Amino acid sequence: MPLLEVKNLKTWYPVRGSWFSKKQFVKAVDDVSFSLKKGETLGLVGESGCGKSTLGRTLVRLENPVSGNILLNNRDITSLKGRELRKARTDFQMIFQDPYGSLNPRMTIYSTLDEVLTIHTSLDIENRKKRMIELLKMVGLREEHLRRYPHQFSGGQRQRIGIARALAVDPKLIIADEPVSALDVSVQAQIINLLIEIQKKTDIALLFIAHDLAVVEHISDRIMVMYLGKIVESGPAQEVCRNPLHPYTKALLSAVPSITPEKNKSRVVLKGDVPSPINPPPGCHFHPRCPSAREECKSITPELKPSEKNKEHFAACPFKYSL
Amino acid sequence: MKILEVENLSVEFRVEGKILPVVSQLSFSLNKGEILAIVGESGCGKSVSCMSLTRLLPEPPAFYSPESSISIAEKSVLQLNKKELRGVRRENISYIFQEPSSSLNPVFRIDDQIAEAILLRKDGHSADVKNEIIDLLTRVGIPDPEKRMNCYPHELSGGMQQRVMIAMALAGKPDILIADEPTTALDVTIQAQILDLLKHIRERDGMSIILVTHNLGIVADMADRVIVMYAGHSLESASAQEIIFNPKHPYTKALMNAVPKLGISEKSRLETIPGTVPSPEDYAVGCRFSDRCPLLLEKEINNKDLRSLCTEKVPEWKEIKKGHYCRCHCLK
Repeated sequence: MPLLEVKNLKTWYPVRGSWFSKKQFVKAVDDVSFSLKKGETLGLVGESGCGKSTLGRTLVRLENPVSGNILLNNRDITSLKGRELRKARTDFQMIFQDPYGSLNPRMTIYSTLDEVLTIHTSLDIENRKKRMIELLKMVGLREEHLRRYPHQFSGGQRQRIGIARALAVDPKLIIADEPVSALDVSVQAQIINLLIEIQKKTDIALLFIAHDLAVVEHISDRIMVMYLGKIVESGPAQEVCRNPLHPYTKALLSAVPSITPEKNKSRVVLKGDVPSPINPPPGCHFHPRCPSAREECKSITPELKPSEKNKEHFAACPFKYSL
Repeated sequence: MKILEVENLSVEFRVEGKILPVVSQLSFSLNKGEILAIVGESGCGKSVSCMSLTRLLPEPPAFYSPESSISIAEKSVLQLNKKELRGVRRENISYIFQEPSSSLNPVFRIDDQIAEAILLRKDGHSADVKNEIIDLLTRVGIPDPEKRMNCYPHELSGGMQQRVMIAMALAGKPDILIADEPTTALDVTIQAQILDLLKHIRERDGMSIILVTHNLGIVADMADRVIVMYAGHSLESASAQEIIFNPKHPYTKALMNAVPKLGISEKSRLETIPGTVPSPEDYAVGCRFSDRCPLLLEKEINNKDLRSLCTEKVPEWKEIKKGHYCRCHCLK
């Protein structure tokens, strides 16, 4: 049974037009369904503005969906409110992209972690301190760091604190929204290793949002590719990266500059930019940029369907087999 | 043919009574039509070295050491006066920066901004400027240039803004284009477009490009030659092929292993470099990588003399193979 199940999730934002114009929406997340097992890492990739962060934020209920369901452990958390929601949040936590912005500069690490533990647990002050030291050890920091302020840490260390804060309540699911993209390569590798290690120890499910495909392939068991609010391809990580089905995934993969120079020669360069999510192109949203688009693509809205070879590998392109 | 030669460039920032050695003893040259990549993590001094080529850094706090020399087209940049410097910035070197939206002026239309660069070159003769703008915008691949030239920067996407920046850089017809992380703020698909454009410009106009980046994939894709920088020192320099397939310096090797590689990786531990990038205040006295160097930490070097050499004396910049330079005591 999956730990997290998301069904037809839609997060739309109304756009303010003139009084008489038709009401318009930015469909940031549009009809997304997927599931996530215990101890599994699901990578979510896409270009900026494709809705991947909104999806992550909706799952932890920082944004409210307009329709659809989020089931965690078979319990619907889509419409929880107030105290109920706060209680439920001990099961799902978030790690943010910007370790500089997500820690309060005026709080020591002690008070940052203490706040989480007082709100979500019933530990007394001594046990809280014990727990904090345990957490810091887990993320590779030391006890004396508790008295310091965020500005006294490097970017990598701050991200470790963010991870410790997420782990404080023993969550079952962590949503990591671009946790390594603000970090240097050498530090990025440390944080990726840390996340893999923690997952091995605690069996947490991880939704890893990033735009760097190589990083996502490295850490994930499965990968979902998102384009303009919709999932266009999903499947086992290596399967998606080595035998992509959807033309968008193919283009995305070939656009990543590779260290092995031969790969760079057969590059598919997409034309144009990501269209505005207020007025997405009709039919398949990707057709204006698709190198193998056909006339039908302008009218058919493709659905995610399993591939013939691998039942776990889905793609939303009706012509994937002929490509 | 060498069009740029930098020797022993040392830049320090004097702030609040402290002297921060941001770039030290950097030497390199650039040939015509060559793409030279400068790679390194944040704070390694790669941007500062590029800015100092036309002395764009405010002085003070920046100071150039007396041994430094930068020569562009037989002009010694560090000896020029303000007016001559403007000439170098106009005719010899153009820049494009990381964030196009903050490099463009939001209150002027893009044709005015490009025209400024053209008029500077032409001493204010404004005939034919419009055609030249359209020509430049076409060259950088902006569709419908007659219409787009009347846009304000906010009306264009990030990729288009970066194309406008490139058009402005080309307007002065420079010999050298310095691209300081030109694609870091862009998506991979747009990044591929911009990199293709830069390659195309190099091939068509024979322009030399200095590409500053932290992405080793871009280096492999674009560069002819590479300089690896760390904490203000150049640690290794060789052809791109050599750096990627045959890196010699322990830092370059570690950096290569720390990058997850698409299509090869499994869910396993990445090799890491322990510790973090030091800030200029805490640079080590000897080799600046010595406190993180795997050779020293894993006790691969047992020789006591060599160990103390690493922590006490700055290694020399020496040629270990033809065209392959390295700064490490442990390499012969």
